Amino acid sequence: MSPLTRKLLRDLWRMKGQALAIALVIATGVMMTVMMTGLVESLSETRRAYYERYRLADIVAPVVRAPDRLAEAAARIDGVAAVQTRITGGALIDMPGRAVPIQAQALSLPDRGAARLNDIHLTAGQGLARAGDDDILLLQSFATAWGLGPGDTLSVTMNGARRELTVVGLAQSPEFLFTAAPGEMIADDSRYGVFWMRHGALAAVQDQQGAFNQVLVGLTRDADAEAVKDALDRLLDPYGATGAHGRDGQFSDIVITQEIAGLRSTAASVPPIFLAVAAFLLNIVVGRLVQAEREEIGLMKAFGYTDTEVSLHYLRLVLAIAVIGAALGCLFGIYAGYGMTDLYLKFFKFPFLVFRLDPASFVIGVGASILAASAGGMLVLRRVFALAPAEAMRPPAPADYSRTGRVGQAVLNLVDQPTRMVIRRLTRQPVRMAGSVIGIACGMALSSAMLTIFAAFDVTIENGFAVADRSHALVGFNRAVSEDTILALKRRPGVMRAEPMRQVPVILSNGRHEHRGAITGLPEGATLIRALSAELAEIEMRRDGLIVSQVLADKLHLAPGDTLRVDVREGRQPVLDLPVAAVATGFSGTPVYMELEALNRALDEPGRVSAAALLVDGAQAEALYAWLKDQPAVAGVAIKNEMRAALERMMDEGAGQTRFILGALAFVLTFGIVYNTARIALAERGRDLASLRVIGFTRGEAAYVLLGELAVVTLVAVPLGAALGHGVTQLLAAAYSSELYVIPALFAPAAQGQAALVVLSAALASGLLVKRDLDRADLVETLKTRE
Amino acid sequence: MAPATGVPMGAIAYTTRGLTKVYGDGHTAVHALRGVDLQVPEGEVVVLLGPSGSGKSTLLNILGGLDRPTEGTARFRDTELTGLNDRQLTRYRRDHIGFVFQFYNLMPSLTARENVELVTEIARDPLDPGAALDLVGLGARMDHFPAQLSGGEQQRVAIARAVAKQPDVLFCDEPTGALDSQTGRDVLAVLQRLNQSLGTTVMIVTHAASTAGMADRVIRFADGRITSDARNATKLDAAEIHW
Repeated sequence: MSPLTRKLLRDLWRMKGQALAIALVIATGVMMTVMMTGLVESLSETRRAYYERYRLADIVAPVVRAPDRLAEAAARIDGVAAVQTRITGGALIDMPGRAVPIQAQALSLPDRGAARLNDIHLTAGQGLARAGDDDILLLQSFATAWGLGPGDTLSVTMNGARRELTVVGLAQSPEFLFTAAPGEMIADDSRYGVFWMRHGALAAVQDQQGAFNQVLVGLTRDADAEAVKDALDRLLDPYGATGAHGRDGQFSDIVITQEIAGLRSTAASVPPIFLAVAAFLLNIVVGRLVQAEREEIGLMKAFGYTDTEVSLHYLRLVLAIAVIGAALGCLFGIYAGYGMTDLYLKFFKFPFLVFRLDPASFVIGVGASILAASAGGMLVLRRVFALAPAEAMRPPAPADYSRTGRVGQAVLNLVDQPTRMVIRRLTRQPVRMAGSVIGIACGMALSSAMLTIFAAFDVTIENGFAVADRSHALVGFNRAVSEDTILALKRRPGVMRAEPMRQVPVILSNGRHEHRGAITGLPEGATLIRALSAELAEIEMRRDGLIVSQVLADKLHLAPGDTLRVDVREGRQPVLDLPVAAVATGFSGTPVYMELEALNRALDEPGRVSAAALLVDGAQAEALYAWLKDQPAVAGVAIKNEMRAALERMMDEGAGQTRFILGALAFVLTFGIVYNTARIALAERGRDLASLRVIGFTRGEAAYVLLGELAVVTLVAVPLGAALGHGVTQLLAAAYSSELYVIPALFAPAAQGQAALVVLSAALASGLLVKRDLDRADLVETLKTRE
Repeated sequence: MAPATGVPMGAIAYTTRGLTKVYGDGHTAVHALRGVDLQVPEGEVVVLLGPSGSGKSTLLNILGGLDRPTEGTARFRDTELTGLNDRQLTRYRRDHIGFVFQFYNLMPSLTARENVELVTEIARDPLDPGAALDLVGLGARMDHFPAQLSGGEQQRVAIARAVAKQPDVLFCDEPTGALDSQTGRDVLAVLQRLNQSLGTTVMIVTHAASTAGMADRVIRFADGRITSDARNATKLDAAEIHW
């Protein structure tokens, strides 16, 4: 081993504490990059593989009742590779011990052979090949939520008739990666069921013998999806088609697409912030490290080492630290990535999910760290090389403070000498001090932004479930019913208030921007479900136009006054042009509101409602829900507390989970920055501080000079960090927001305060650690060594 | 010559018995001091001579309260230095001792006057900082920062800083080591003047044998032991020293 290599290893060992702190900072940046990009990569790749293996349809065309022979015609459409017709229908499952029935979807599978499209993945029991008319396959996640398995029976109401069905097997399907009750956006395995029956059996139940009510289509590689959809619509129109849609009209795929998009945007915006902060810090620390080696550099040059050899030596030192940090970051990143994918499996029901490392993320993480570190080192090296070897080996001339002498003499006269030392240090090298301040401010900004985002999640839930929606339960009806139903509901014991709603499925379009969703009709003066402005003021329902949620307005590029094309997908299916009257703030989903009567008039269906929002007396709730369960017109009852709990679970355990990891990383990074700042200050001041001790200053008095500087830097960094944090919050809020829920970029004083506490605690802890080293320093040794 | 500190002539400043200092242990042990017995009366100028590693600086550091002996005792007046804890040693340095080092150890961020004030702010009975700088001939340059002063001037500021607290003992470790001969003579003259006017005990560690001429007493070191301890019959004036 060459002496230089040995020196390198010993140097590394000598500075192990600081090297580790630097490596950890790099590690956080690399870890973020590896984890987030890996997660995006894993989810999208697994989805692709799953869809491909189980042949998820590219296009789904619902129809009221079409004869089987149309399947052949559909298969002849240009661009169609495969066709599968099937029957689907709503069902209510009556679970023992539960007052409200559970909404479910029944789907048919071919009587013989596997489904050509939307095949299932059998996880337990047997398939339907030898099954009877009352045998079903049950969705695995629903079965797990209720503790059901093959051999169990379910009491199910379909098409008005109740029957006992036997579970013969459990299955997963790429169609149901994510399930939620209709009209809800919230994952809840227990509140929405899916089961499969033999085609013949379900046809009998649904009065669809010799017919189907859904066509699944797989496309050829070069197919024009829009043309196929149009052709399907033309073919099926006489049979009550409501419009073919692609995967973008399929709830499960929408959710996972949103999730991947959200992760992708988080992965694109957040890790670079961490990496940039880490790189910045590395630059400063390495610069200082090389500066401290000045004498040894002079010595090496005196022995005849060339500038290049000396540079390479320090470059290797920097590389060693950077590579250790990057390797740690990769390990942590892969480990955290595995943890995250496990979490995602709770929400997205993949039968398999492999964590994939994106090699680019590794290269970017390592490259950025090494570049930043080398740049910091090389700048200083150049300055040292400019000196003759002999000069480099002499103690450096005292740093020149003469230009700071005039600064604020009046102020300086008021303070003692140690304080003057602090002030002069701070003012002599404003750039370096600014570097420290910005470094700590970045840490503070990350911490405060993460804490603000935590708070914003809570605000979204609170506003969505307590301010905008003040109901206790939503009752959905099978079809649009007369508004007399509301009067009947109002008379039921336990109903304190009932307000009508009408939900109409629509396709909204503004030019080429399109959105598939629903319009919610609410009466004027509705008190339970309301549209709110950004300031949380109530927006009255309008007869003259739509109130569009902000997310949707952004998606469709709408502003008040614009006209929206509304393609109604039920009843007579009119196409309307309606003006946008106002934009409402959204918390979850992408609601569009209109005054109920005006909506009914536009549909030419006066006096119709499709749902009711209820205020329920808690004491009589059980009895009320039991009664509702037996009403044939009731499609389902959504209890708000259950929805809220489900959303909270989803945010804490699933998608929202990344915020906790990011938060923890922000704290680690903040500490790393503050600690390094303190270490650098100690390295630079060690000799001065030892001199103070020799003169007779106590440990506390000497430490004041060091920690005073750290304190000032920290105190300046905190307000700057708060301001930066607000900017980072906006980035993060945008990254976390989706069509599922909107995370506002709040200004949260409490979060800022907590972040300031994080920074101050980090400063305090670093100060104590550094002071411990200062106390341990051997005075004689420190004074003997020059600078 | 009457001492200014009110300590009777002939009183003993330091007494050491069997003073031993070992660095490291086992095979790597280095014996810096091997049982040094010494008495230093108040008001003397003592020059400690010897090659590198002979133990003179170690003795200075122990007497100055910067280091502790491995064995033996060191007494300052009535105080057993070896029995003091860290806080008491700091107090001892603050109240009684002035240090001058080869590399000056000035605070680069403070002017000459402020470097002196650093000490006078915490001393019990300090000189006026301006007067201390006048004493070393730097009254005119007291608002300069160390970077604006020559090596000799920086060393004189260090001396002014050391004497401004009116210490009982002034320890100088190679005070002229980094200076040219004329500047070195000027610095020694300052030390001599201080001894004469304030009665300060001065102990100087040096390689330069010629410095011995200005001492009351010359102690030679080799291998951690005192090899000779002699009094000068006549003291030279600092200006007469050549090296």
